[in-house]
Amino acid sequence: MFFKPYMRSLAVAASLAVLAGCSSTGGTQDGSMDGTGAAGGVGTGTAGSGQVSGTGMGGNGAGQMASTGIPDVRTIYFDYDSDTIRSEFESVVNAHASYLAGNPNARVILQGHTDERGTREYNLALGERRAGAVQRYLSLRGVSPSQVEVVSYGEERPAVRGSNEDSFAQNRRVVFAY
Amino acid sequence: MRTLINIWTNKGRTRMPAARFMATCLGLVALLVMPMAQAELTIDITRGNERATPIAVVPFAGEGLPTDVAQVVSDDLGRSGYFDPLPRSSMFAKPTSSEEVKFGEWRSLDTRYLVVGSATQQGGQVSIRYELMDVNGESRLLGETVTSSTNDLRRAGHYIADQIFEEITGIRGAFSTRLAYVTSQGVGDNTQYSLYVADSDGHNSQQVLTSDEPIMSPAWSPDAGKLAYVSFESKRPAIYVQNLASGQRAKLTDFEGLNSAPVWSPDGRRLAMALSRDGNPEIYVMDIASRGLQRVTNSSSIETEPDWSPDGQSLIFTSDRSGGPQIYRQSVSGGSAERLTRTGNYNARGRLSPDGKSLFLIHRGNNGFQVAKQDLQSGRLVEISNAQQAESPSVAPNGTMVIFATQQGGTGVLGAVTADGRAQFRLPSAQGDVREPAWSPFLN
Repeated sequence: MFFKPYMRSLAVAASLAVLAGCSSTGGTQDGSMDGTGAAGGVGTGTAGSGQVSGTGMGGNGAGQMASTGIPDVRTIYFDYDSDTIRSEFESVVNAHASYLAGNPNARVILQGHTDERGTREYNLALGERRAGAVQRYLSLRGVSPSQVEVVSYGEERPAVRGSNEDSFAQNRRVVFAY
Repeated sequence: MRTLINIWTNKGRTRMPAARFMATCLGLVALLVMPMAQAELTIDITRGNERATPIAVVPFAGEGLPTDVAQVVSDDLGRSGYFDPLPRSSMFAKPTSSEEVKFGEWRSLDTRYLVVGSATQQGGQVSIRYELMDVNGESRLLGETVTSSTNDLRRAGHYIADQIFEEITGIRGAFSTRLAYVTSQGVGDNTQYSLYVADSDGHNSQQVLTSDEPIMSPAWSPDAGKLAYVSFESKRPAIYVQNLASGQRAKLTDFEGLNSAPVWSPDGRRLAMALSRDGNPEIYVMDIASRGLQRVTNSSSIETEPDWSPDGQSLIFTSDRSGGPQIYRQSVSGGSAERLTRTGNYNARGRLSPDGKSLFLIHRGNNGFQVAKQDLQSGRLVEISNAQQAESPSVAPNGTMVIFATQQGGTGVLGAVTADGRAQFRLPSAQGDVREPAWSPFLN
């Protein structure tokens, strides 16, 4: 996986209204103070405020090909302080939704992760909130709740090491584990 | 099974009866049969305290001991932040008993207190006689003989440091206590997680558990005989309780969702914890014997990171019901929650001081995440650490120090800071990331 997580403004603008509704429990604050000094914890995320409906299904994501098998792309990334699914990953989540809806015996574990900033146990709860947002999205797309389990790892299983924004961005993720 | 150490005193004060102390040692014997540790911690002072009391711990007489007991004593006292031990290279004389002491020499070095001693070996046993003197008053404050086996001399040193610390400060020493902490090595799917216990100075570490799935949140039982922790070994978080002496353990909770942040009630009968079995993380209390669960909080936000008040009547916890994480207090029996923290927009993972008057927590301010102390009466909050991404504060049982997790050069290390923030130390590990320190209660 090698996503470049810098499409923030685009992501903010393009969040689907349905997702904004889903994340009404609030933000997913991993902690703030990124190394470049954005003090105050406002962050760049959308944190559940109402969003204008965006650009629709975002193109030919790799996942869209995979209606017959488990989609290849199994990790999506999140903005800082956010549990909103970014527009560039909607196609990925849609592909998983299609696969799960079409294969009622398939099961997936949504593994929620945060970056390392902030306290561990609070981050464990934030990782659950992030994975829960994906779970609700799948449910709205017709996936049975019995097919989906949420397990948060918080900051305990970073994908990469490093205390910089690049590493943080790669660690803020939800993994579809089949 | 034989005891490793046997301490007796030749003075009237018997705050630590030998029988109870031996009972503690029996637990240690069982621990020693477990796999030896890889992660030894060594102390490294990062910020001193200019108001620390000058003390000199002269090397003890006696040849061929495997441990330099006087150095253990001196290091303990220095690490407390209350004392500034005189380096050995600055000592003119090396007296080994009070009769040999010329007080004028020590006054000229501005030494306030002086510790001298000697050790004699008989078979596998060592007798250490030590004396504490007030240099200005030219008087002896303590004189005691401690007996130890040769392979447990560090423990004897910690005991001596405890006696000296209490004699001078009036505060019970906490050097003869232990730490639990978690290490991780590797990254991604190849990460190995381990749970260790070690002496309060990081020595004598022993592995309690190792797993290729995360281990979190170690918490000591009030009798220091058991640890509760979270392990993902079943691919989901579950709360376990493990007896340190026998290694026997039980899975306490395995609910859907979060099973996290266990902490023992002061009476040892209950565990507070955070569970999301009812949808979102809430604080629960479990009666350990019956496994009966009582839900304490009820909100649509995150509630986690509980800690008990010393009287066992109320809990503090982190909640983001106001938007960001703040610390609240609520009676165990229910009622409404009272918000405790109001400085800044990130206050989490609170731990109460043993007297219940102060709250130690992780606060995010202009210096990033730091350990802070809030006086619960005045509400005033001050940062006491100066560290990178401080996490997981844990208070010594005598309330004088807080150990926490921090980062150094991209690696997780443990830091410790005096409760007033005047002195700070770092405990680098030999390998891997070290985090989530938990300071044990007193061992007797």
